[in-house]
Amino acid sequence: MIQVLLFARIQDEVGQERLEADFAGKSIKELKRWVEDNYAVSSLTRTMTAVNEEFAADEDQLKEGDTVAFIPPVSGG
Amino acid sequence: MNSNLFKLSREPLHVQEVIDKVVHRNCGAITTFVGTVREMTAGKKTLQLEYQAYEPMAVKTLAKIGEEVQTKWPDTTIAITHRLGTLGISDIAVIIAVSSPHRKAAYEANEYTMERIKEMVPIWKKEFWEDGTQWIGDQLEETSYEEEERS
Repeated sequence: MIQVLLFARIQDEVGQERLEADFAGKSIKELKRWVEDNYAVSSLTRTMTAVNEEFAADEDQLKEGDTVAFIPPVSGG
Repeated sequence: MNSNLFKLSREPLHVQEVIDKVVHRNCGAITTFVGTVREMTAGKKTLQLEYQAYEPMAVKTLAKIGEEVQTKWPDTTIAITHRLGTLGISDIAVIIAVSSPHRKAAYEANEYTMERIKEMVPIWKKEFWEDGTQWIGDQLEETSYEEEERS
């Protein structure tokens, strides 16, 4: 299983702080599409993604046990 | 690098505590940046803010910015604390302290650090306006509020 952490607007739209998805061997792009198709979430195209706390590309493959976080544009400071 | 230098806190922040982390016998300058909660943005009134973070990654990213600063300005020491949770008007959201033997590096490194925080640290601000709430986010403050309002 892949843990998917949600923050800020994405968290509010989905109504959950995390999801679980059976996406080992698939790409981040496919995971994004699945979330968009299954939850009332606005487009994730511009959303950055971290895998195990490091920024990752949409083409990167996920593996069993990964923790993915969708990182909408940040606004700290 | 000392991990205590890069922190998130749910309690009110104190400038002196952050300064104390960077003071040493060979520094001749310390710059501090204190980010506070603003009431009026483009005519809209903020009642309060909420800051949320992807906490482990945010701390790691703050430490990475610290490494960048040490590469660019090798004699500096830097500490950053960012607040999380609910903040009222004029509450402190972030404190950056940079010490250096001479002032120029301390000024430059401090400004650089704030820009990098806005670009890459996974922390998000939710505005509680008089007439509703809104997650802010477009990295550069100049465009974020305008873009959000169009959407």
